[in-house]
Amino acid sequence: MLTFTEEHEMFRTTVRDVVRNEIDPHCDEWEHTGDFPAHQLFKRLGDLGLIGVEYDAEMGGGAADHVYTMILGEEMGRCASLGVAMAFAVQTDMATPSLHEFGSPELKEQFLRPAIAGDMVTSVAVSEPDAGSDVAALRTRAVRDGDEWVINGSKMWITNGTQADWLCLLCRTSDEGGYRGMSQIVVPTSTPGFTVSRKLDKLGMRASDTAELVFEDVRVPVANTIGEIGRGFQQQMSQFQNERMIASYQMVGAIELALERTAAYLQERQAFGAPLAANQYLQYELADVAADLDMLRHHNWAAVAKYQRGEDMTREATVAKLKAARIARRMADLAVQFHGGMGYVEENWPARFFRDTRLWSIGGGADEVMLRTLARMNGILPG
Amino acid sequence: MNVVVCVKQIPDPADPGALDPNTKTLKRDGKLILDESDSYGVEMALQLVDAAGGGEVTLVSMAPNGETAGLRTALAMGAAKAVLVSDDALQGSDALGTSKVLAKAIERAGQADLILTATESSDGYTGTVPEQIAELLSLPSVTFAKSITVDGSSVKVQRQTESGYDDVECPLPAVVSVTAGVVEPRYPSFKGIMAAKSKPVDQVGLGDLGVDAGSVGWAGAGQEIVEIATAEARAASTVVEDDGEAFQKIVDMLAELKIV
Ligand SMILES: Cc1cc2nc3c(=O)[nH]c(=O)nc-3n(C[C@H](O)[C@H](O)[C@H](O)COP(=O)(O)OP(=O)(O)OC[C@H]3O[C@@H](n4cnc5c(N)ncnc54)[C@H](O)[C@@H]3O)c2cc1C
Ligand SMILES: Cc1cc2nc3c(=O)[nH]c(=O)nc-3n(C[C@H](O)[C@H](O)[C@H](O)COP(=O)(O)OP(=O)(O)OC[C@H]3O[C@@H](n4cnc5c(N)ncnc54)[C@H](O)[C@@H]3O)c2cc1C
Repeated sequence: MLTFTEEHEMFRTTVRDVVRNEIDPHCDEWEHTGDFPAHQLFKRLGDLGLIGVEYDAEMGGGAADHVYTMILGEEMGRCASLGVAMAFAVQTDMATPSLHEFGSPELKEQFLRPAIAGDMVTSVAVSEPDAGSDVAALRTRAVRDGDEWVINGSKMWITNGTQADWLCLLCRTSDEGGYRGMSQIVVPTSTPGFTVSRKLDKLGMRASDTAELVFEDVRVPVANTIGEIGRGFQQQMSQFQNERMIASYQMVGAIELALERTAAYLQERQAFGAPLAANQYLQYELADVAADLDMLRHHNWAAVAKYQRGEDMTREATVAKLKAARIARRMADLAVQFHGGMGYVEENWPARFFRDTRLWSIGGGADEVMLRTLARMNGILPG
Repeated sequence: MNVVVCVKQIPDPADPGALDPNTKTLKRDGKLILDESDSYGVEMALQLVDAAGGGEVTLVSMAPNGETAGLRTALAMGAAKAVLVSDDALQGSDALGTSKVLAKAIERAGQADLILTATESSDGYTGTVPEQIAELLSLPSVTFAKSITVDGSSVKVQRQTESGYDDVECPLPAVVSVTAGVVEPRYPSFKGIMAAKSKPVDQVGLGDLGVDAGSVGWAGAGQEIVEIATAEARAASTVVEDDGEAFQKIVDMLAELKIV
């Protein structure tokens, strides 16, 4: 069991109020324009200390326990746009954990400190047009020339890609092939040869900008390598654990809010001379999601406890990501269904929620990739 | 400049409490939170100290069971320290009893240049405590402030009135009540929340303040709650159907209410 302190509760109140008062009122507009002012918003959230709550105090971080990250995720998950929540999670838990854990002091000073302050917007650039689930198939390559890497290739579906100041890039730095010979490199987007070739038009998460990026003889110092040269794949796998957990934390908040709102709607809406909530079928479907949500929340707590003890939590993160996405999709389907026509029109929240939640069974590792990992862990592979 | 802010800790209005049928008072045994009305005073005080370039904000609160949750929120916003009065003998205190205790606690908080309160609390809302404190401390009292500036040894206040505001000036120290909504209270930041943990809360009882237990609580209450009754449900609103002339009906209604 986790114990929540008075500070944890106060932190939850702050995040909830900030989301409700400073983010939610702008979401309709941002969904419409297809992006949000990341520099402005992250600066504000950075000033409130919401970026890097666990990172070193010397870098401007909060040096706090992982429960704060969980609370931050849960409350961001209640945001009116899950796209904004996802984009913010890229900054806090997807693009920066490797730099924090493995980066040199100089590299952290230059790139982590401003990211924590909200002065720099970040992206994690792993996926490529021909390498999504199969990360080992990626082809973007950095070739060493003296003290510099010369990078060529392209990246696809990169969140915050049109606004980022630097990328946590995973690319090949040797000819070994497969999982070997990859490195993580910090690439400032102001470097000549870097271009945003396309901003992608998406089904959901529309307030979050997603880009295709091209690298043509992009030169960055070898000193921009995060951690060890050649250990990029392993470091990124570790960074993926944070990514999968924050996705699961966010879904707890998202499902919780959707349940509350759907239940309230069923009380209000009359049909056949009674509130819709009078139908046992509807009650039970929502009760079943509530049960799933309880299990997810408790699973997350167990994962947090393991994380705090510094133990490997690959299994917990994999299960959390898989189940969070699937429960969220089920909730979204019920939200639309139980709102009827009201759920299908753009002016009500279920339509956006339906599109947005769909992402999490694909992004951050598709459901099948989670299942593949679990199948291997459980010995359910041939031979 | 040192500013003392009176902050009341109240039952969470989002989770409405119940009245105790025996004492006819609000049950306050659950968790209490910072009265939102007082968050404006806290913000105003922090801004004034900032503008003065020095000094600190001290909180004063009277609450049952050593409750500090609301104080921690105000400390996380940036106040430096707090005095909390908690004593079983305070149960049943009326507004004057509360004022006597708060006046003593303000003295204990140290030399204050300015004392801020809200114009009225969200739960008791008698709106009488600020003036009573001023009287007990023999200080000038200004009410309904929408803006406050400190100029040397005097304070200038824009005092909200029905038709606008009065410019009021008085010497310091003074007690000023702050109207809700006139400033944007800051969120407790992550660092503020962490710092609040170790900020001092001076928890005292009536003995420490030299207040006679017989003059406060049920014993000292000059006010008695004779009866409590459920408020009448709000009457249904008037629906104006638009027949092309609806605007005229609305204008007439507003005129009747003396709004236009
Ligand atoms: C909105 C959005 C934001 C994104 N943000 C980022 C980002 O910031 N950075 C980044 O690097 N990437 C990002 N991505 C990319 C994302 O991580 C990939 O889309 C995801 O990993 C899936 O890869 P893919 O699209 O290449 O699908 P593919 O690998 O082509 O897979 C297609 C489908 O095949 C199935 N499948 C795949 N492998 C298996 C298997 N082993 N067994 C059975 N079935 C399988 C799954 O159903 C899968 O969905 C983002 C994607 C989206 C849509
Ligand atoms: C119906 C009813 C039930 C009550 N039940 C109880 C009870 O169960 N237990 C009990 O102890 N008292 C009880 N009281 C007393 C009441 O809660 C107050 O302590 C006292 O009456 C102050 O009145 P007010 O809240 O109307 O203050 P107001 O005059 O409306 O308050 C103005 C401002 O003064 C300051 N202030 C007022 N009270 C405090 C405080 N306690 N600490 C710090 N600052 C303060 C705040 O800045 C506040 O915004 C009750 C009063 C009523 C009318």
